[in-house]
Amino acid sequence: MMVSNLTKQRIHDYLKEGKRFDNRGLLDYRELEIETGISINAEGSARVRLGKTEIVAGVKLGVAEPYTDHEDEGTFITTLELVPTASPKFESGPPRIEAIEMARIVDRTIRESKYIDFKKLCIKKGEKVWSVMLDLFSMNDDGNLLDVACIAAVAALKDAKIPVFDEESGRVKFGEWTEQKLPLAKEIPLLFTFHKIGDSVIVDPVVEEEESSDARISLGLLDGKINALQKGNSESFELEGVYSIFEESEKKYKEMSKKVEENIDKAIKRAKGD
Amino acid sequence: MSEKDREIVIPGEIIKEGDDYLPGEGTRREGKNIVASRFGLRDEQNKLVKVIPLSGVYIPRRGNLVIGTVADIAFNGWMMDINAPYSSFLPVAECPRFFKKDDLSEYFGIGDLIACKVDSVKRKGVDLTIMPRGLGKLEDGMIIQINSNKVPRVIGKEGSMISMIKEATDCDITVGQNGLIWIKGNKVDDELFAKEAILFVTERSFVEGLTEKTEKFLEEEIKKRGKTKKAEVEGDVE
Amino acid sequence: MSKYTKRFDGRKLDEARKIKAAVGIIPNADGSAMFSFGDTIAIAAVYGPKVMHPQHAQNPEKGTLRVNYDMLTFSVTERKRPGPNRRSQEISKVTGWALEPVVMLEDFPNTVVDVHITIIQANASTRCAGINAAALALAHAGIPMRELVSSVSVGKLDKTIVVDVIKEEEDYEEGEGATDIAMSFTSNSGKLTHLQIDGKISAKELKEAVETGKNACREIYELQKKTLKGVGEK
Repeated sequence: MMVSNLTKQRIHDYLKEGKRFDNRGLLDYRELEIETGISINAEGSARVRLGKTEIVAGVKLGVAEPYTDHEDEGTFITTLELVPTASPKFESGPPRIEAIEMARIVDRTIRESKYIDFKKLCIKKGEKVWSVMLDLFSMNDDGNLLDVACIAAVAALKDAKIPVFDEESGRVKFGEWTEQKLPLAKEIPLLFTFHKIGDSVIVDPVVEEEESSDARISLGLLDGKINALQKGNSESFELEGVYSIFEESEKKYKEMSKKVEENIDKAIKRAKGD
Repeated sequence: MSEKDREIVIPGEIIKEGDDYLPGEGTRREGKNIVASRFGLRDEQNKLVKVIPLSGVYIPRRGNLVIGTVADIAFNGWMMDINAPYSSFLPVAECPRFFKKDDLSEYFGIGDLIACKVDSVKRKGVDLTIMPRGLGKLEDGMIIQINSNKVPRVIGKEGSMISMIKEATDCDITVGQNGLIWIKGNKVDDELFAKEAILFVTERSFVEGLTEKTEKFLEEEIKKRGKTKKAEVEGDVE
Repeated sequence: MSKYTKRFDGRKLDEARKIKAAVGIIPNADGSAMFSFGDTIAIAAVYGPKVMHPQHAQNPEKGTLRVNYDMLTFSVTERKRPGPNRRSQEISKVTGWALEPVVMLEDFPNTVVDVHITIIQANASTRCAGINAAALALAHAGIPMRELVSSVSVGKLDKTIVVDVIKEEEDYEEGEGATDIAMSFTSNSGKLTHLQIDGKISAKELKEAVETGKNACREIYELQKKTLKGVGEK
């Protein structure tokens, strides 16, 4: 069902008084829940819920030829699908531009932050490298799929173990793993999407708020530095507003990164215990 | 019959043996027995056995008050989305006399919310009306959506639950049978309070003694919010 | 004598893996469910009935059941390409046929009920887990149904009939090798709504396999029933 004019109007009215639809503060995130190891055939996997929004992520590894301009580096592909399980809005079929854009932003956040040390994923220079394939699927959409997708991506990457590579045949022994983890940076990358609704700026919108968004800026950060950014939606921003979002994103990263990381580490420990 | 006796039944389950009972909604007769045709609560009254739905989309019935969203404008009325598996139409002929046919978008535009009544349900679709008093465009206030099967719990016996919520929150509330609920208060906080109270009820629709629990919740919230309780109850809801 | 006397995972011949089920796992859906056979996990989300678009696809006689089965890319050991393929499209169609006999959509002309099945983790019998989850999700969505449907796979490994095959059994090559038989039955009237065979089997053995599967479906139905009846208990 589409969001009515009245609901959009009310979201604006409330924000003018500094209030939100679900009583949260403007820059508050919903409750975060992380599970890892949700799919045993994946090298790494995770399910992340933020409020009612849920994404599952999986990492598969393969062996591929490196790109000629990066002969000693592993390769990386990110896909994201807005599957119809998650919302009556989504349809089956090839990914639409919304899904492609989200996958690209997550990809850039992880790649540009150097979260994965691709040099360590080289098996034989110029011939064989590990290729990391990260696939994200929406399971339930109640807004802010992008920020959740990034957390799910990080959780699945942290969960991943490298499979056994048989040097003789030059092939991966799928279903057999080494104890070796992916070479990841100490700090994690996170995405924060800020939405401008009227004169207010909020994070972590629910669907109704997301559909009332005039403009958005998504920032991918690692260790407090901005690695990727995307401005989206039809309206423009005042420059001052954008500058304060830059600063706010640094604060959010400080506030959230330890919490998210602890949550992921706990989930991995819990999954091992089972 | 008390809540406790209402057992959850599943499709295909025999819910009454023997033929001295009549099969009601959500059931069918199979030989001597009455069998459930859907998932829900078994209900037995006056020799009639039926299944009360617990889930599923809204099924419109004649006379229901619903809140619909204008989806499109035709030459003779509005295509409405009432959250039901039928196409729904509000003909201009079912609107007050002063509505002129030349430009219907002057009255209701796409995305507007209209409180209407279900006038007829046919195989081809649902016809709506705003002729009865108090219906028409909802100009102000907020809308929340709940599962339509939980509407009876939100309204309560003879409107007792919703009256209690209205009184405690100082809000005007219209509950559409299709699960859309309109809330209008004088203050943002009042509307958010009413929303929380309604969600309190819907999240506990299985709980026994829900009226008492809701009453307690409202009292505690009023204390927390430092609100003064108004005695007066305004408006009524079907 | 058959060469396959002891199962890879130590189960009895007529024993399914540990089965688990839940409903209400996707908040946005009108009905949803999870069903698993051991390491095979399927989820199903039901949306509808809702007006069918485009209009020319509408059936004025009754509502349409539309099934969409897919596996997550990482649910299998070697990554599956994203999106539907010929296999998933066939399974979607067959799953629809397995469920249609019990679904009553006569009161919902021109509408569609969408069933989205997703395999989260795969170790054989994914279509059967998908059908079991879909039957639960349809009931959970309040769709009018005559009864439920339960599904199981039966294998013939060399000459031995086993219930609920796993990947290693599918790949069994000794003697007569592996025959994989997926089947679904209506829960009360015990009618067959789905049957597929890959392998080599005699009519007599097949009859035995079907009877074995039908028996195994009883336990599955009991779990489906218990899961639905437990809604609201916490």
